Amino acid sequence: MSDREPLFSPKNRRLITNPLGQDNPITVQVLGICSALAVTVKLKPSVVMALSVVAVMAIANVVISLMRKGIPNRIRIIVQLVVIAALVILVDQVLKAFVYDVSKQLSVFVGLIITNCIIMGRLEAFALANKPWPSLLDGLGNAAGYGMILIIVGFVRELFGAGTLWGYEIIPQSWFVSNGGFYVNNGMMILPPMALITVGIIIWIQRSRNKDLVDIS
Amino acid sequence: MNTQGNTYTFLYAAIMVVVVAALLSFAAMSLKPMQDKNVEVEKKQNILSTVNIGLDAGDQDNKMKYIEDLYAKYIVDSYIVNTKGEKVEGDAFTVDMSKELAKPNDERKLPVFVSEKDGNKNVILPLRGKGLWGPVWGYIALEADYSTIVGASFDHKSETPGLGAEINTTAFESQFVGKKIFDEQNKFVSVSIIKGGAPKGDIHGVDAISGGTITSNGVDAMIQECLGNYVTYFKQHQK
Repeated sequence: MSDREPLFSPKNRRLITNPLGQDNPITVQVLGICSALAVTVKLKPSVVMALSVVAVMAIANVVISLMRKGIPNRIRIIVQLVVIAALVILVDQVLKAFVYDVSKQLSVFVGLIITNCIIMGRLEAFALANKPWPSLLDGLGNAAGYGMILIIVGFVRELFGAGTLWGYEIIPQSWFVSNGGFYVNNGMMILPPMALITVGIIIWIQRSRNKDLVDIS
Repeated sequence: MNTQGNTYTFLYAAIMVVVVAALLSFAAMSLKPMQDKNVEVEKKQNILSTVNIGLDAGDQDNKMKYIEDLYAKYIVDSYIVNTKGEKVEGDAFTVDMSKELAKPNDERKLPVFVSEKDGNKNVILPLRGKGLWGPVWGYIALEADYSTIVGASFDHKSETPGLGAEINTTAFESQFVGKKIFDEQNKFVSVSIIKGGAPKGDIHGVDAISGGTITSNGVDAMIQECLGNYVTYFKQHQK
């Protein structure tokens, strides 16, 4: 037992912390942008989407890692897709049976987790070559890094686009021009381009603070 | 063992597919009754909400039972009519509007739900149409004059959250209250959803949703078509 690596060795901890910062799937690797644009109009779907991705990604990483020695190399992408698709359908069915209201809000986007490139990317790059425990940490870390950006973008877009957060009014009704005030919601915020711009601003802030990320070539 | 050979690859793929298929069909079948129940209760809740009943269902401990009880108490009658306004045999609750709308005009079965609260009778009519990504549907309740709208509720399968999906919010639905579907000459004009906002005091128009134009147009066409089927029925009962 003495030569076994501790569960939370510095190397394993980095698997979780790296994707949150300097190796973030959205802001550094620029993966998974499509779903980040689609579901972030409101905070609540962003959070539920983030949680669903965490569940799917952690389980898929562990499953693929357990199967890694048996998967025929030539059909490994197909095997990965089958595992992801099966998990996503399960998540969707469970949401429909137990939290019907939330599942209706997310509608098509749960199905679209299947096409999220971060998940396949991690399976291919990490889970196929590593043991289950590091794979689980890697999955959690990357999904959290993705979810974090989703929630930040959802927060900004709902606050400035609709004046609410989680459906509650933040900006008082009396401020609005329609009630004799001075304030108008930014209609751009509810359209997809604003998600790109918000992500761009996050990338800008991150790179100006961490010069290692700047590509000088 | 050689995990790269053809035989192994084929066997692996075949077994994987069977295992995954079995797992998913098992999950789908065991969760199906709960999902169906959710859909049925939601339909009842939508019908009730057009006449302002059961709006506090979200606060109840047992939402399902609460809705079922209210439905049994307030929906006093339901029947099917055709486009000529004659009654037809059948159970109004199980009529699938998407199938009925695919039929030729005079074969359509049109459900009518009658609610009674504090002595006021209202008719509630189902709607069904197309949004941007998938079907949209809803219910509209009318006063005894068969023209003034008491309430409307809409829902959708897969409209964009924050844009088209806003049709099921109270802000959008409440605009319909008090609008009229017949004009002063008693001609059917429906209620239009107007991009850029309906003029103040327009009793036949409401505001569309910004960023949700295609969904708004879909809802507009849905109201026009579905209520249009009932025009003969309305005229027979208007007095």
